[in-house]
Amino acid sequence: MSAEMIRVENLSRLYPATRKSAEVAALKQVDIAVGAGEIYGVIGRSGAGKSTLLRMINALERPTSGRVIVDGVDMSRLDGKALRAERRKIGMIFQHFNLLSSRTAYRNIALPLEFAGVDSAAIESRVQNLLDLVGLSDKRDRYPAELSGGQKQRVGIARALASEPKVLLSDEATSALDPETTRSILSLLAEINRRLGVTILLITHEMEVIKEICHRVGVMEEGALIEEGDVHEVVTRPKTTTARSFLGALAGGEIPAGLAARLRPDSDSGNEIALRLRFSGPRATEPILSRLTSEMGIEVAVLQAQVDEIGGRPFGTMIIVVSSAALADGLAEAFLANHGVSTERLGHVA
Amino acid sequence: MSPEIVRLIIGALLDTLRMVAFSGALATAIGAPLGVFLATSRAGELFAAPKWNGLLGLVVNATRSTPFIILVVAIIPFTRMIVGTAIGTNAAIVPLTIAAAPFIARVVEAAIREVDAGLIEASIAMGATPLQIVRKVLLHEALPAITLGLTLTAVSLLANSAMVGVVGGGGLGDLAIRYGYQRFMPDVMASVVLVLIVLVQAIQSLGEALARRVNKRARRG
Ligand SMILES: Nc1ncnc2c1ncn2[C@@H]1O[C@H](COP(=O)(O)OP(=O)(O)OP(=O)(O)O)[C@@H](O)[C@H]1O
Ligand SMILES: [Mg+2]
Repeated sequence: MSAEMIRVENLSRLYPATRKSAEVAALKQVDIAVGAGEIYGVIGRSGAGKSTLLRMINALERPTSGRVIVDGVDMSRLDGKALRAERRKIGMIFQHFNLLSSRTAYRNIALPLEFAGVDSAAIESRVQNLLDLVGLSDKRDRYPAELSGGQKQRVGIARALASEPKVLLSDEATSALDPETTRSILSLLAEINRRLGVTILLITHEMEVIKEICHRVGVMEEGALIEEGDVHEVVTRPKTTTARSFLGALAGGEIPAGLAARLRPDSDSGNEIALRLRFSGPRATEPILSRLTSEMGIEVAVLQAQVDEIGGRPFGTMIIVVSSAALADGLAEAFLANHGVSTERLGHVA
Repeated sequence: MSPEIVRLIIGALLDTLRMVAFSGALATAIGAPLGVFLATSRAGELFAAPKWNGLLGLVVNATRSTPFIILVVAIIPFTRMIVGTAIGTNAAIVPLTIAAAPFIARVVEAAIREVDAGLIEASIAMGATPLQIVRKVLLHEALPAITLGLTLTAVSLLANSAMVGVVGGGGLGDLAIRYGYQRFMPDVMASVVLVLIVLVQAIQSLGEALARRVNKRARRG
């Protein structure tokens, strides 16, 4: 990985007790490093501290202890003019867009440049480029009330990019959008990341977002970062139950309800066994099953199969049923393991 | 109605308009910044100064809870000090302004508090200064509500300006009292009431039209 863009060190945030509520530890000694040009996704239950973490990056929120370093600058030590200058290098997009209803798309995108004191000729050319980038040139003079949710978020993204930031923060930017619009916004973010090299730190409740565009993912629980890693890694081999419950569905291989009802742990219920197979990497596309039949003479019934790309690498899951006799000598499972396919016995089929 | 009376009514109307315009402008100059401050100075806000916020809030409330006619009389020494006299249209501008300024402050405060806090947060994230946020975001976004609030203020200024007639303030109220009441000329009284009704209608329609123009929140074809 190239140079580090965001470094969060031993970061904690306590919200002191009030008359109505007890003290809250929103963040507990969190360490995260995000490389330049990386897309890092943060997931976790409501109240896990995701927004608090994100708002620390541009110092909307101050740490109780620990440090936040963005491109070599310690954000937690800055204030006044120096802080405003650093904030201009960090773009932010929001779930509810936060556009000014009294300004057109053009003037919303121009706002951060006006704040920075850029002259209007420079604003004009910059905003026009941004409108082109997000595909809204024809909506230039429209007010937010005249735009769809997806278009509003495109304006939000253009505005966040106006001062040519190195980092883009996104707090559930697609949560208010329908699946199709979500996909188009995600591909826009991926394109921005690729073309402009902008580092993206995003929070999401939608696991599709992690699968589609993130390189790495971090899982938060009760203020702590409990698991992180390469998306493919965490999705296919989650270590914590939280990661598994969030990302498990992405890996596929849920047992179909019809089969689940017929599964029995004991062997005298039937002479067939259901297996779950998982395979990642290039092998996912190999015709493993036909080789199982041709080389080992085992008949296979496929109940469910899914091959997907996760974190840029293929990953497949299958649920198959074979006769218990075929598995008796353990050779079939060894054969699969030799080919990088992990197997899991789900039970006997009644 | 004699041409003499018509001339009197037109003269009084001009006096009233002058009082409303001047005191409205002065009260806005005082009240609007006060309103911005009240809307942004509680703990944790842009210009956090909770003590000052509380104190000014108190002054504003005290002024607003004093009935206008009592205020007029109570500040006569102050009016004399500024204008040199306590009688006439110029003198009337002082209590009118003092009564309207806190009203405008609350109007502006309420309008600004209606602006989505997310916009302030987004602006801070963009590196805006607090003053830039007030000028480019808060006032701009609150403009429709402020316009309607100022319309309301103009109408109540008009009503108050008629009331200062009781203490010789000049204008339509003064005319109605001197001619309509003291000399018992019901046609003058009726004409003044009619002019006031038309005036209120005109102010209200103008204000609403302006507010509609600056409001971009509604979708239109
Ligand atoms: N200003 C505040 N004062 C007191 N407690 C706060 C404050 N902001 C956040 N918290 C608390 O900190 C914890 C973490 O909040 P945070 O908003 O970071 O959660 P989140 O992971 O973003 O949740 P969600 O997914 O619902 O957005 C919560 O328990 C919340 O109640
Ligand atoms: Mg949140």
